[in-house]
Amino acid sequence: MTTQQVSESILPKGDNTNFEPALHKRYKIDKIFKTICWIATFSGLVVLVFLIGDILVDGIGALDWNFIVSPPSRKPEDAGIWPPLVASVYLIAITALVVIPIGVGAGIYLQEFGGNNFFTKAIEVNISNLAAVPSIIYGLLGLFIFARVLSPLTGGRSIISAGLTLALLILPVIIVATRESLKAVPDSIRMAGMALGSTRWQTVRAHVLPQAIPGIMTGTILALSRAIGETAPLIAVGAVAYVPFAPDFSFEGLSSKFSALPIQIFNWVGRPQEEFHTLAAGASIILLGLLLTMNATAISIRNRFQKSQ
Amino acid sequence: MADSVFPNSSSGDTAHTELWQPNRAASKISQRIVATICGAFALVSVATTIGIVCTLIFEALEFFQEVSIWRYLTETQWTPLFVNPQFGVIVLICGTFLTSLIGLIVAIPLGLLAAVCLSEYAPRGLRAWLKPALEVLAGIPTVVFGYFALLFLTPILKTFIPSLGAFNALSAGIVLGFAILPTIASLSEDAIFAVPHSLRQGTYALGATKREAITGVVLPAALSGIVASIVLGVSRAVGETMIVTLAAGSRPTLTLDPRSSVQTMTSFMVQVAKGDAPYGSTEYLTLFAVGMTLFIITLVLNIFSFWFVRKYQEKYE
Repeated sequence: MTTQQVSESILPKGDNTNFEPALHKRYKIDKIFKTICWIATFSGLVVLVFLIGDILVDGIGALDWNFIVSPPSRKPEDAGIWPPLVASVYLIAITALVVIPIGVGAGIYLQEFGGNNFFTKAIEVNISNLAAVPSIIYGLLGLFIFARVLSPLTGGRSIISAGLTLALLILPVIIVATRESLKAVPDSIRMAGMALGSTRWQTVRAHVLPQAIPGIMTGTILALSRAIGETAPLIAVGAVAYVPFAPDFSFEGLSSKFSALPIQIFNWVGRPQEEFHTLAAGASIILLGLLLTMNATAISIRNRFQKSQ
Repeated sequence: MADSVFPNSSSGDTAHTELWQPNRAASKISQRIVATICGAFALVSVATTIGIVCTLIFEALEFFQEVSIWRYLTETQWTPLFVNPQFGVIVLICGTFLTSLIGLIVAIPLGLLAAVCLSEYAPRGLRAWLKPALEVLAGIPTVVFGYFALLFLTPILKTFIPSLGAFNALSAGIVLGFAILPTIASLSEDAIFAVPHSLRQGTYALGATKREAITGVVLPAALSGIVASIVLGVSRAVGETMIVTLAAGSRPTLTLDPRSSVQTMTSFMVQVAKGDAPYGSTEYLTLFAVGMTLFIITLVLNIFSFWFVRKYQEKYE
């Protein structure tokens, strides 16, 4: 940015030999600009408040114990969310079991062992590319690889397939979070560990990783909370609209047909009768409640960690 | 690295190590095993990309053996599930374009102004509250946004625009805009915040007001980051699925009228996937052809973003 460009963009147009600062007018424009900026910032928050308010007003009537423990039904007054809720919990458990070791391991490799070579750089570019891939494309990947090619292992269009798909979806987020947390651990700790004669891995395991764990946990919980609300990839993998019983926590249960909480919401919103819309709002309250609990846990871990430092 | 620190670790000097004899060979082996496993995990992300590309190419090629690529690109109707199917993907691209355009008209100005506000105007204490609040907005599941668009915004808009359909691109687009606003705001704010203070002070010294410093110097200096955030916002808008499926409907129409119902690439994919298409059928293969189209569009956007950032990034000391 050259000086000339600056002066062109900020000075009043016209005859520069007779310079009129016109401060009064310019301050007025400043004030208008600032007001617009604040309005823009709060517009997002206003939408958030309206959204949550709307869901609460519509759905609070549907909430009671029966709603949580009953299966979905054709009759709105009997319908509940138990099977999809249980399936969502299992989904997240599978996703977490798969993605945490892989994501944290990959993050450790890239940050602690990898060095600055071509391999590491290629993976970095690849990870930032994956962040822009739409989630439904991951669903197609899951449909082809997990539900079709690996169907003997996963049971086809099942909770296992869907959980693995979600794991791939949030893997880049976990890798980045792990790397950021490891980066924040001071180098002096690594030096001290190696000066005492431990190998790189011993240093990382005993000294670096424990310091980075709160940051990794925060990033992981936030990523899982994103995964629990994902709908599109589950539909692509083949979630079904109606499952009468909660799945067992066994291979048979996990490799059977599945629904999930967001799928149930989607299904209810899509019906014409207003009673089902109320149910959708009620289920949304439960989903948002789950999300907020996870977010609050993540933030409280982060805050406690920052205080102790 | 660890090896060079201990050149004598495996040989000699037994006199000093009678009491303490660490098993260095075992430590080294475990180090190598762990590094290999972690390296293999790092490859999973590469394998994901390769898996996506191969899946799409493999299944889309099968589709293009049944339907010529020429028909796919030039027909002007999208009726793959009918008896006499037509495969004009331009209809779906047009739907995606329309909803994304409306979303971006909402999200780009609001997101940028919010970023300016957070970085330049908001006091530190308030900023610490506003940023997480916007992150909450970003974390709302899109299916809930879709509920909001269909059952809250559409009835309200209908009182102003009576000709609005129950499913329409307008309300889907507006809500889509608010869903991607936090992405644009947060990433742009990072870029704007990173502009060094000396640039602002230099501009003030030339007699500029705060607004003039922001629009004349700070925003141009942060341009590469801002463009990257907008491009990411565009790919999110193009790939967004649930909001458009719920609120924009599923009638493939070649129109740019925001009041009418349109079908986007993503909502078509949901429609097919929901119907439990059997493996190998034409519907099933269409899913991958459309997915491939969507993937190519986001890939081109991403490459543009990389090129732009590399070309225009400002480096500061």
